[in-house]
Amino acid sequence: MGKTLAEKVWQSHIVRQAEGEPDLLYIDLHLIHEVTSPQAFDGLRTAGRQVRRPDLTMATEDHNVPTIDIDKPIADAISKLQVDTLRANCEEFGVPIFSLGNVDQGIVHVVGPQLGLTQPGMTVVCGDSHTSTHGAFGALAFGIGTSEVEHVLATQTLPLKPFKTMAITVNGQLPDDVTAKDLILAVIAEIGTGGGQGYVLEYRGEAIESLSMEARMTICNMSIEAGARAGMIAPDQTTFDYVQGRERAPKGAQWDEAVAAWQRLGTDDDATFDAEVIIDAASLSPFVTWGTNPGQGLPLSGSVPNPVEIEDQGERVAAENALEYMGLTAGMPLRDISVDTVFLGSCTNGRMEDLRAAAAVLRGHKVADSVTMLVVPGSVRVRLDAEAEGLDKVFIEAGAQWRQAGCSMCLAMNPDKLTPGERSASTSNRNFEGRQGPGGRTHLVSPQVAAATAITGHLSAPADLANA
Amino acid sequence: MDKFTVHTGVAAPLKRSNVDTDQIIPAEYLKRVTRHGYEDALFSAWRKDPEFVLNKPIHANATVLVAGPEFGTGSSREHAVWALQDYGFKVVISARFADIFRGNSGKGGLLAAQVEPSVVDALWAYLDENPGSEITIDLENRRVRAGDVNEPFEIDDYVRWRLLEGLDDIGITLNHDEAIADFESRRPEYLPTTK
Repeated sequence: MGKTLAEKVWQSHIVRQAEGEPDLLYIDLHLIHEVTSPQAFDGLRTAGRQVRRPDLTMATEDHNVPTIDIDKPIADAISKLQVDTLRANCEEFGVPIFSLGNVDQGIVHVVGPQLGLTQPGMTVVCGDSHTSTHGAFGALAFGIGTSEVEHVLATQTLPLKPFKTMAITVNGQLPDDVTAKDLILAVIAEIGTGGGQGYVLEYRGEAIESLSMEARMTICNMSIEAGARAGMIAPDQTTFDYVQGRERAPKGAQWDEAVAAWQRLGTDDDATFDAEVIIDAASLSPFVTWGTNPGQGLPLSGSVPNPVEIEDQGERVAAENALEYMGLTAGMPLRDISVDTVFLGSCTNGRMEDLRAAAAVLRGHKVADSVTMLVVPGSVRVRLDAEAEGLDKVFIEAGAQWRQAGCSMCLAMNPDKLTPGERSASTSNRNFEGRQGPGGRTHLVSPQVAAATAITGHLSAPADLANA
Repeated sequence: MDKFTVHTGVAAPLKRSNVDTDQIIPAEYLKRVTRHGYEDALFSAWRKDPEFVLNKPIHANATVLVAGPEFGTGSSREHAVWALQDYGFKVVISARFADIFRGNSGKGGLLAAQVEPSVVDALWAYLDENPGSEITIDLENRRVRAGDVNEPFEIDDYVRWRLLEGLDDIGITLNHDEAIADFESRRPEYLPTTK
């Protein structure tokens, strides 16, 4: 019987297999950052262990770095300690690091692909749940905890139980005004925040094949929001074209050898998945969240749901809690929800295409007086490329703030955060209570919806601007 | 890691689903570089509410948390496990755990006991009638017991064995150094390096 993409990558990385024990998998690339690594390095030191493969390990500073005044010392003493600790650990253990000020600094999941370090068929891990992003290349990539970070540092392997596989087949073509973000929000609303648990998701079908690499990264990035540790997309010519020529991509004869291997990775025709979900692309429209988990979303044309009408008791209580936290009334049209802040950035939507799409909507418009808009590129290179195209000017002229690279308001570990009761439209990945600052209220949206919302001051799609 | 066989302790009901790791420990507490000292961070937003279940004096010494489904979703932060442990929890019972959280629990020695949804309901009913009561979690026999409730729970065989023996994963893997070196010698040359 044939194999799925996920099974092929898994099987080609088994170091050791034994009855009753997890498989020991080799890890091709280990990405680290300041938040989930200090205790892992400490563990190595205590046990007198070394980093086995510093040459397969890369560090960057992203989670709590400031996005203004980056030439000055980090003002928050605890953030500074964490960044300083990462730098010292990398120095001591010989791990390459891209620090603030380096042209390759940025969000770890933006930097890896950008350097060409993320390639099809690899195993990629990081102490960050959005490592699923790298699955867009046909890599098996997933987030790990700090104990596992220590394990990978020490052994370059992880003991793991095989995942089940789920196909998310998206038939047909996405309508013009529907983005990868809308699609993945709709998938999560469909299967639920626990629907992907224990599975590797494989996104496939005509709509997926038509997506650019950056759009595919947006999709795979949010697999974790459906409970799946990893999401994957079979590598194809779009993938090869993206990887080719990048700094760490194979060159010359090795490139040909690599592509030949990558072309064999796709799921075999006679392979079977443990579960399958089918989505009709044509049925989708711009999608936003109304609640406090990413599964609580609806088309922008809808209204805030009435919890009384939700049959499942757990979901009903969750919806009641969410409406109270979000300060929303059942039945209110989603388009009537006013926001205070618009955040454009994150590992979900902080890449060039995202900035271009938002800039195209903003060009010739002004951010509403009642709205603060933050634009935070996913990496220094994204920022420089955007500036070369003049996108920074579009944002600044519209009245948005053009910032330095980092995770920023996605998780508010740096000074960029909402105040209690403040409401945002955010291109990030999580609308959990307090995620963007204590008491902050988050609506997850696409870059296009973020830009249109910034202009009108309430949740809007670009099409609403023409009608206004 | 300490061996885990049977634990009996005061149980607190947390009647919420989708308790994500941002609720268990908000990101502002993740800036520390230590592995301990997160007891103040656990559920810090919810603990501001005097009515929150852990603020009830009867749950002051709780070591078992009985929570709704989809416990531990979201961020991979292992700090969520450390915060629960630093606060005093030894066991979390839920009908479903997020994969990363469950993995992190096993590494740190926090028992994530998965039960049928009806068992959570039965335990909640028992705790409503007998607030501040103890629950027994028997890892050897995979049973959870409280009053008339005596039900099985699920846990991965290998994780159970490691918890029972109190074993460290890295130590186990380093015994297979030869297999790792052998695998490394066969990796394709086109694979990237970071140096």
